[in-house]
Amino acid sequence: MEIVMAFVIGILFMSATYLMLSKSLLRIIVGTGLLSHGAHLLILTMGGLKRGTVPLLDEKASAYTDPIPQALILTAIVISFGVTAFFLVLAYRSYQELGTDNMERLRGTEGND
Amino acid sequence: MINFLILPILIPFLTGILLIFFAKNVSLSRWIAGISSFITIIVSALLVQKVRVDGIQTLDVSNWQAPFGITLVSDMLSALLVLTTSIILFTCVIYSFKTISKEQERFYYYSAMNFLAVGVIGAFTTGDIFNLFVFFEVLLMSSYVLLVHGGSKIQLRESLKYILVNVISSALFVITVAYLYSVVGTLNMAHISVRLSEIGESGIVTVIAVLFLIVFGLKGAIFPLYFWMPGSYYAPPAPILALFGALLTKVGVYSIMRTYTLFFLNDKDFTHQLLGILAIITVIVGVIGAIAYSNIKKIVIYNIIVAVGVILFGVAVMTPESLTGSVSYLIHDMIIKAALFLLIGIIIAITGTSDLRKISGLIKRYPGLGWTFFIAALALAGIPPLSGFIGKLLIVQEGFKEEHYWGAGIVLMSSLLVLFSIMKIFINGFWGTPQAYKDEEAVPVRKLLVAPVILVIISVLYGAGSEFVLPYISQAAETLSNPSIYIEAVLKE
Repeated sequence: MEIVMAFVIGILFMSATYLMLSKSLLRIIVGTGLLSHGAHLLILTMGGLKRGTVPLLDEKASAYTDPIPQALILTAIVISFGVTAFFLVLAYRSYQELGTDNMERLRGTEGND
Repeated sequence: MINFLILPILIPFLTGILLIFFAKNVSLSRWIAGISSFITIIVSALLVQKVRVDGIQTLDVSNWQAPFGITLVSDMLSALLVLTTSIILFTCVIYSFKTISKEQERFYYYSAMNFLAVGVIGAFTTGDIFNLFVFFEVLLMSSYVLLVHGGSKIQLRESLKYILVNVISSALFVITVAYLYSVVGTLNMAHISVRLSEIGESGIVTVIAVLFLIVFGLKGAIFPLYFWMPGSYYAPPAPILALFGALLTKVGVYSIMRTYTLFFLNDKDFTHQLLGILAIITVIVGVIGAIAYSNIKKIVIYNIIVAVGVILFGVAVMTPESLTGSVSYLIHDMIIKAALFLLIGIIIAITGTSDLRKISGLIKRYPGLGWTFFIAALALAGIPPLSGFIGKLLIVQEGFKEEHYWGAGIVLMSSLLVLFSIMKIFINGFWGTPQAYKDEEAVPVRKLLVAPVILVIISVLYGAGSEFVLPYISQAAETLSNPSIYIEAVLKE
C-alpha cells in the first residue's frame, strides 16, 4: 500500500512542479494546491498506514491507528486553504491592477542599477 | 506565574483582535498598538530576568505533559529574541504613525503588525516542531498582508512571487516534518533530540537535516536560496521593510540554530560543514551585492544576507564561544538592521528617491539624521565600542582556533567591505553639495527620528555594556552547546 501511495504522491508533486513552472498565474496557483495535497498525503503515509482501530482506551484491539498524522494534516489543510484563498484574491487583484497574469511580464527591475 | 512565558504571545494576539474592531478610529488604534507593544517589552524583559534567575521556563499547553502535548519553552536564547522582537515592534509601530497614510492605517495595518509579532514570538518560544510550522504560517500570512498593504503595482507584483516561494517552502516544511515523524515518532523538539541521539548516525537523518536547511534557508535567505529577497523586500514602505528585515529572516536563522544544535549532532562532519560552506558563500554573495548596487534600499537588503552568513558561520563552528558570538551578533543585527531601515526610510521620505546618485549633502540640513546614521553604520560593521564588535570577535576568533582559516578570514574581510558599502551611502548621500528636494518640507524628520534613535541608543548600550549583557548571552549559548540542559528542562527527567 505504501508503494502505491508513494507513486500517487510522486505524480502529485510532478504535476505540481510542471504547473508551477508555467507562465500563467492561475496554473501556478493550481500547482501550489496540488503540491500541498501531495505533502498532506505524504504525512499520512509517513505516519504509517496501519489498519488498526480508533485510538480509544476502551477499544480492546491489538493495533491502534496513530492519530497524530491526521491531526497534522487537518492543521496543514486549513492553513493551505487560507493561503490558497488569499493567493487567489491577490491574483485577481493583481490582474486588475497590472493587466496581465503572465509571469514573464511581471519581472520588474526597480533598483537594479 | 507559570503561564508567564505565553504572555508575550498573548498580548499582541489579543491586541491584534481588538484592533480589528477599532481599526476605523485611527488615533485610538495608534494608542492601543503603541501601549500594548510597550507592555510586551516590559513583560518580555521580566521573562528574560525570570529565565536568568530560575532557568528554562516551560509550559505544557492545556496540561498535556511533554512530549505528548504542545510545549512552549523559553530558554535564554528565545527569551532574548522575544525581548528584541518586542522592542523592534514598538519602534516600528511608533515610526508608522508618521509614515503610513491614514487611509492605510484604517485597513487593519496595526492588526497585521501585531499578528506578525505573534508569529515571530511564537516561533521563538515553541518547543514543538509542528507548532513551529504553524507559527511560521501565522507570521507568513501577516507578512503577505503587510507586503501587499497599500496595493501599489510593485507591491502586488512582488507579493505574488513572495507568496509562491513561501508556499513551496511551507510544503517542504510539512514534508520534512513528515519524514522526521516517520523516523522518530514524536514532534516535541527535546524528545526528537533524545530519539535522534539514540538512532545515531544514519543516512535518512542527514537527508532530513539538509531538508531543514533548505526550508529554513529559504526563510533566512542563505546562499542558493536568497534569490527572492532583494526583489520582495524592495517593495514595501520603510517600517514594514524594517520589520521584515529585522525579524523574518532571523526566524529562519533561529530555526537553523535550534535544529542544528539540538537535533543533528551525529553527522557533524557533513551537516555542519555544509552549513559552514553555505554560510561563507552567503557572506561573499551578500558583500558583492552590497558593494555593487547604488540604491540605498538594495545596499542594506544585501547587508541582511551578509549578517545571516556571519551568524550561521558561528553556528557551523559549533564551539561554546562561537555560539555565544552568534547569539550576540544575531541580537545586534536585529536591532541595527531595524534602525538602518528606519533611517533610510527617512532619507527616502526627504529625497523622494532611493537612488544614491540623486542624493547629496544631507548632513548640512539634517545633522541629527546624519550622525545617527553614522553611528548605526559603524555599529553595523562592528567597530569596537559598538554592538557588533563582540559577536564578530568571538566568531572570528573561534573560527581561527578551530582551523576554519578561510571562513574566518572571509568573515573578517567582509566587515571591511560592509563598512565600505554603508559608508558609500554616508559619503555620497550626506557629504557633497546640499540640494533642495521637492517634498522635504512635509517630512517631520524630528518625529521620525525618535524610533531609530531609540534603536541606535540600545545598540550603543548593548555594545558598551557588554560586561553586563554577556552573562545573559553566555547562558543562551550554554543551552545551545549543551542540549541536555534543554532536554532535561522540557522532559523533566
